[in-house]
Amino acid sequence: MRHKVGGWKLGRNTAHRRSLLRNLATSLIVEERIETTVPKAKALRPQVEKMITLGKRGDLAARRQAAAYLMTKDAVRKLFDTIGPRFGDRNGGYTRIVRTGWRKGDGADNAFIELLGSEQVIDEKRQKRAEARTKRADEVRKQMEEADAQAKAEAGAEPAAGGESKE
Amino acid sequence: MPNPKRRHSQRRTATRRAHDALTKHSLSECPNCHEKKMPHHVCGKCGHYKGREVVEVKEIQ
Repeated sequence: MRHKVGGWKLGRNTAHRRSLLRNLATSLIVEERIETTVPKAKALRPQVEKMITLGKRGDLAARRQAAAYLMTKDAVRKLFDTIGPRFGDRNGGYTRIVRTGWRKGDGADNAFIELLGSEQVIDEKRQKRAEARTKRADEVRKQMEEADAQAKAEAGAEPAAGGESKE
Repeated sequence: MPNPKRRHSQRRTATRRAHDALTKHSLSECPNCHEKKMPHHVCGKCGHYKGREVVEVKEIQ
């Protein structure tokens, strides 16, 4: 009989598990999408949905209840200002869990969990990250070119030095 | 301590292992890039799931 064995223990004691879930819930509300393992995502889902329900209620008592659970004030603010109103016409099911394969190293079943309707936010974030990446790559390339030029100048004066990477 | 009395023949070992074979994963086809992918997972090739690119795919340089 599979009675009274609901939920996920996640191999942690009560306090550790509560901390983990609070951290995950806060991160998910702030970031809109987080990558984690499938069991953690599934354990997180009811916690976050309860928070969003508080966010939809929007009164002072609800705000205090959410603040008692979430780790940062920013998360509470965002929950009540943007996320709560966003799910006004939806009764539960505010999150989406998508499996992404297995983690290299320990083979854990990975997934991401995201809030519904956050596709735009996530795309914007992705674009920003891509821009930062190309900028960084350009800088590195420039530095390497400069170093190359310098090395060549030195090699011209002293031809014994080993030229490392000639393209 | 109990110990084996006789050496197992190769045939006996092979017979025991006759049922140890692994089964292949049943793969489904990605509707975006038509590559084989794990069912209910993001496509490992193109990062799509349910008609949307959900995970960024690194390009090989």
